[in-house]
Amino acid sequence: MSVFKYEKDADGIVTVTMDMTGPVNAMNDEYNVAMNETVDKLEAEQGLTGVVFASAKNTFFAGGDLNMLVSIQPQQAEEFYEGIIETKERLRRLEKLPVPVVAAINGAALGGGFELCLSCNHRVAWNSKAVQVGLPEVGLGLLPGGGGVVRMVNLLGLETALPYLLEGKKVNAEKALAAGLIHETVDTLDELLPRAKTWILENKESETAAVQPWDQKGFKIPGGKAGTPKLAQTLMMAPVMLQQKTRGLLPAPEMILDAATEAARLDFDNAQIVEARNFTRLATSDVAKNMISTFFFGLNKVNGGASRPADIASSKVKKVGILGAGMMGQGIAYSSAMAGIEVVLKDISQEAADKGKAYTEKLLDKRVSRGRMSAEKKAEILSLIKATDADADLQGCDLIIEAVFENMELKHKITKSTEGYLAENGVWGSNTSTLPITQLADASSNAANFIGIHFFSPVDKMPLVEIICGEKTNDETLARAFDYVRQIKKTPIVVNDSLGFFTSRTFGTYIDEGIRLTQEGVHPIQVDNMGKAIGMPVGSLTVHDETSQQLSHKVVGTQKDMGLFVEPVDGDAMSEMVDWIYVENNRGGRHHGGGYYTYGEDGSKTIWQPLVDKYHKPDHGIEEQDMKDRLLFRSVIETLKCLQEGVLRSVADGNIGSIMGIGAPIWTGGYLQFINTYGAKRFVERARELQAKFGNRFEPPAIVVDKAEKGELFT
Amino acid sequence: MANSAFIYDAVRTPRSKGKKDGSLHTVKPVDLGAGLLRELQSRHDLDTSYVDDVVFGCVTPVGEQGSDIAKMVVQNADWDESVAGVQLDRFCASGLEAVNTAAARVASGWEDLIVAGGVECMSRVPMGSNGGAMGGDPEFSMKTGFVPQGIGADLIATLEGWSREDVDAYALESQKRASHAQANGYFDKSVVPVLDRNGITVLEKDDFIKPDTTLEGLGKLKPSFEMMGQFGFDDIALRKYNTLDKINHVHTPGNSSGIVDGSSAVLIGSEKAGKDLGLTPRGRILATAILATDPIIMLTGPGPAAEKCLQKAGLNKSDIDLWEINEAFASVAMRYMKDLGVDHEITNVNGGAIAMGHPLGATGAMLVSIVLDELERRGLKRAMLSLCVGGGMGISTIIERV
Repeated sequence: MSVFKYEKDADGIVTVTMDMTGPVNAMNDEYNVAMNETVDKLEAEQGLTGVVFASAKNTFFAGGDLNMLVSIQPQQAEEFYEGIIETKERLRRLEKLPVPVVAAINGAALGGGFELCLSCNHRVAWNSKAVQVGLPEVGLGLLPGGGGVVRMVNLLGLETALPYLLEGKKVNAEKALAAGLIHETVDTLDELLPRAKTWILENKESETAAVQPWDQKGFKIPGGKAGTPKLAQTLMMAPVMLQQKTRGLLPAPEMILDAATEAARLDFDNAQIVEARNFTRLATSDVAKNMISTFFFGLNKVNGGASRPADIASSKVKKVGILGAGMMGQGIAYSSAMAGIEVVLKDISQEAADKGKAYTEKLLDKRVSRGRMSAEKKAEILSLIKATDADADLQGCDLIIEAVFENMELKHKITKSTEGYLAENGVWGSNTSTLPITQLADASSNAANFIGIHFFSPVDKMPLVEIICGEKTNDETLARAFDYVRQIKKTPIVVNDSLGFFTSRTFGTYIDEGIRLTQEGVHPIQVDNMGKAIGMPVGSLTVHDETSQQLSHKVVGTQKDMGLFVEPVDGDAMSEMVDWIYVENNRGGRHHGGGYYTYGEDGSKTIWQPLVDKYHKPDHGIEEQDMKDRLLFRSVIETLKCLQEGVLRSVADGNIGSIMGIGAPIWTGGYLQFINTYGAKRFVERARELQAKFGNRFEPPAIVVDKAEKGELFT
Repeated sequence: MANSAFIYDAVRTPRSKGKKDGSLHTVKPVDLGAGLLRELQSRHDLDTSYVDDVVFGCVTPVGEQGSDIAKMVVQNADWDESVAGVQLDRFCASGLEAVNTAAARVASGWEDLIVAGGVECMSRVPMGSNGGAMGGDPEFSMKTGFVPQGIGADLIATLEGWSREDVDAYALESQKRASHAQANGYFDKSVVPVLDRNGITVLEKDDFIKPDTTLEGLGKLKPSFEMMGQFGFDDIALRKYNTLDKINHVHTPGNSSGIVDGSSAVLIGSEKAGKDLGLTPRGRILATAILATDPIIMLTGPGPAAEKCLQKAGLNKSDIDLWEINEAFASVAMRYMKDLGVDHEITNVNGGAIAMGHPLGATGAMLVSIVLDELERRGLKRAMLSLCVGGGMGISTIIERV
C-alpha cells in the first residue's frame, strides 16, 4: 500500500492523505514513488471532480531530504539536476490536472511542503499555532528547488516574494492569509477537510478554479516583469542590501535572487530550468554542506542531548536563585522567568536587585507594546521574579546561579555564605567566562554539585550557554544544568574545565591575531575589514574595544596571580598591546573612553591615530589572503586543540558553540565543520605554510594531521 | 603607420541642460546630429558620396536613439545614399572612440573619409534607460561588486585626501575658464547653432555655463551619492579599498559633469581625400590608446591611458602642449593631473564638462574641436585628450596641428 492514501468519495473528489514512513512527510525517494503513482492515477481517474492533499501527521509536510542533500557531490551534479527536473514535473502535472487541487494544511508546511501547497490551486489552512508556512531553505544554504522560487515570484511579484525567499521568512496561517500565500483558514481542525471539499464543489462551474494564475490567459506577474523600469531600482539595490548581510560569502541568497529575477524575466517553464540549475549549484556547494551539517544535524544533536548523560532522568528547575543583578544576572532572570521558573534575584542592596528586575519589565513592555504579549501575561511573568537583598529568600532553590564579578575570592566567599540555602542536592552554577570551575568549586562543600553555566551577553538574545564541568562535577549535576538550559529554551554545549573553556579561549585567538597583524604593520582598519571579509560579525580590534582592553588587562593579571598564565606561542602580543594602549595611554575600550577607535556621541567611530602612527607600515608585504587565513585558522586551530585536549566533548558542540557563541562565520558551519569541506589535508598543508611564514602558533594539531592521513571527517 | 589620419574639420552643437527645461529638449537626436553633417557639407562644399562611413557614439541607444542612429542621422541630413553609418557605445568614451576608430580605419589605408562624432539627447532618452547587466542583473552585480561611478569619484577624493573645498575649488575654476573662453569667442569657430525647421535659431551658444558660480554657492549643494553609499554601495567599495573606514562624499551637481544634450562631428580623412576634395588638414591623429583599470573605483583609467598613448606615439609628457581630461567629476580631473604630474595651467584651459556638461556619447569628439581650436589660437602643436570610461576603462588620443 502506498504511503499516500488515495480515497475517492461520492462527489468524485479524491483525498490524498500523506502518511510517509517516519515522523514526518518529506521529499525523499519514498515521496518520489508515491507522488508519481498518485499523479498517474489522478490523471487516469474517471469522473474526477477535485483533489484534496492532506496529511496524516501533525505537520503537513516537512521539506527536502537533508540526508540526501548533504551527501551530493559535485560530480553528481547532472544526476541531481535531472532529479530536480523530475520533482518539478510531478508538481507541474499536479497543478495542470483539469480539476481543482486543494491543499488542506493542518500543520507546518515548510520548504518542499509549502512548494507542494503552491502547486495546488487552493490552499486552506487551520488557523492554529501549529500551522506555519514558508520557504526556509536559505538558512541551510539551499533554495526552494521544487518550483518555490518561480511560483512565489509569479504569485506575489518579485519585490514582495524576495523577503520570503531571501530571509526564509515563516508565517502563521493568519499572516499567510493576509499576505496572499494561502486562500482561506478554518477555525478548527475538524472543519479543514470538509471545507476543502466544499470549495471544490462550490467552484465546479468555475473556469479558472483548476488553472493556476500563471497558466491563465493574459496573466501578468504582479509588479511587472524584470525589465520594467519600476523594478530597475529593485534590481540595482537588492544585491547591495543582500551583500551587506552576506559579504559575498553565502551563495544561497545570491542564487535565490538570481533565480527570482529570472522568474520575473522568463516564462514559467524556462524559469523552472534556471531554478533547477541554481539549486544544483547550491546543493553541490561546500557552504550548503557546512550549513546543513551544523544548523540541522549538529543542532539537533546538541539540543537532543548528545552531550548529556543519558541514564539520568530529566529534571525541571522550579525555583532558581540568581546572585548578582547586574547585566548577566538580570538577563538570566528574564530568560528563566520567561520559561515559567520562579526566580529569586539577589543583590547587595534592594535597590540594585530592583534595578535588575526592572530590566525584565522593560523587555516585557516592549513585547506588550508590539502586540506580542498581553498585559496579563506580562504581570504573570513579572510576578515570578522576587528581587531581594536577603540571602534567606534563596531558601529552597533547586538551582543557584552566581553571576557576580569575575573575582575568585568574591566568588568563593559567596559560595560559602549562600550554598546552604540550596534545596537538598541542589545545583550550584557559576556564571563565569574566565575562572576555572575546579578552583571555584574549592570553596564548595559539595563540589560534585558545582558546575559552570556560562551565559553570553546580552543573555535575552544570545541562544548559547556553555556548561563547564569541573573535575568533581558529577553526571547528575551536568544533566540537571543541561535540562535547565533547555528549559529556558537555549542551546547548551558541554565542555571540560580549561582556561577560558572553549568559547573565550577560541575567541581570544581572533583578537590576538588581529593585534599581531596590526603590530606587523597592517593598517588597523584593514585588520578589521579582513575579519569582516571572512564573515566575522565585526573586526578583531572593534570587538576588543567592546570586550575592553581593561578587562583583558585584569584577566591576565588574575591569571598571573593565580599561577595559571601560560606564555603564548610566538610571544605575548596581547599583553604588549594592552600595556601600551591601556596601561600607558589609558584607552580601556569603548565603554572606558575609547580604545583602538574613538567613539563620538553621534555614533561615529574613527581610528585612534596614534595606533596607526605607531604600527602602520604600508610596505608590510602581507598578502590579503594570508591575513584572512591567519584570522580564520587561529580560531580553527584553537578549536582543534580544545577537541584534542578533551575540553570539547563533541564535534557538534564545537561547531554549534563557535557559531552561536563567538560568531564563527556562518558559511563555515563552525570551526570544525570548516575543515570537512576545506579538506583536512589541504588544511594541514596551509597551516604549515602559515607556520613557516608567521610562527608556530599555526602548527596543525595532531588531531587534524591524523584525520588528514586517514582521510576522515570530523563528525 | 601607413597613412596619416588627418582632421579636416571638427564641429559641435552648443550644449544645454538635459532636462525638459533645457533649450534643446524639443530637438530630436536625429535632427541634432544631422545639423552638424549639413554644416560640414556646406562649410566644405563636400561631395558626400566620397564619405565612406559615419561613426557616431551614443551611450543610450534605445528609443529614438536606438537602431543605429548614425545611419538615421546620415539619411536625415540628406547625404548621398551611398553613405553608411554605425553607432557604437564605449560609455562616456564613445565620441572619442568614434574618432579613434575612424582614424584607425583611415590610417590603415582601407578607407579615405569618415565622419566621427556622437549624439546624446539626455533630456529625451534618460541616462540608464538602456539597462544592462551592470546594476541590472543582480548576479552580475554581486559577482563583480558593481558600484555606481559617483561613489568611485568620491572614493578617489577620499583616497587622495581631497576635501569638499578642494573639489569645489576645481569646479569653480572650470566655470571661470569656460565663461572666459565663451565671452572671448574661443568657442565660436566650432559651435554650430541649432536651428529649427524654419531656420529660426533654437540655441546659438552653450547655455549650461554658470558664470556667477561662487565657492559659497557650490558649498551649499548636497552630496549626490551619500544616500546611495549608505544603502550599502560604500561597503561594497570598501571591501576592496579596505584601509579606509569610510568614503567622504564630496561630489555634488556643482562639481560633477552636467547632464546635457549635444552632438559633435569630426571629419577625418586620408591625404588623398584632402587632395581629391580640396580640403586643408587642420591636424592629425598621432596615437590612440584604450585600456581598463579597476572597475569598482571605475574612474582611474585616464592617467594610465594617457601614458599608454604617449608610449605608442613615442612621445614624452613634455611633448604635449595642452591636456584635456573630461570632467566627469572634479576628482577625476584632479587625479589625472596628479597621476601624470601635469599642471592645471595647461590642462582644460577652457574649462570642461563641469561647466559645460557631458552629453555622454558626444563629448569625446567635442574635445577634438575644443582642443584643436585652442592649439590654433595659442599657436601650439600637440594635445592629449582623455576620458574616464564606465567599467574602469580609460581612453586617450594625441592630436597634432599640421
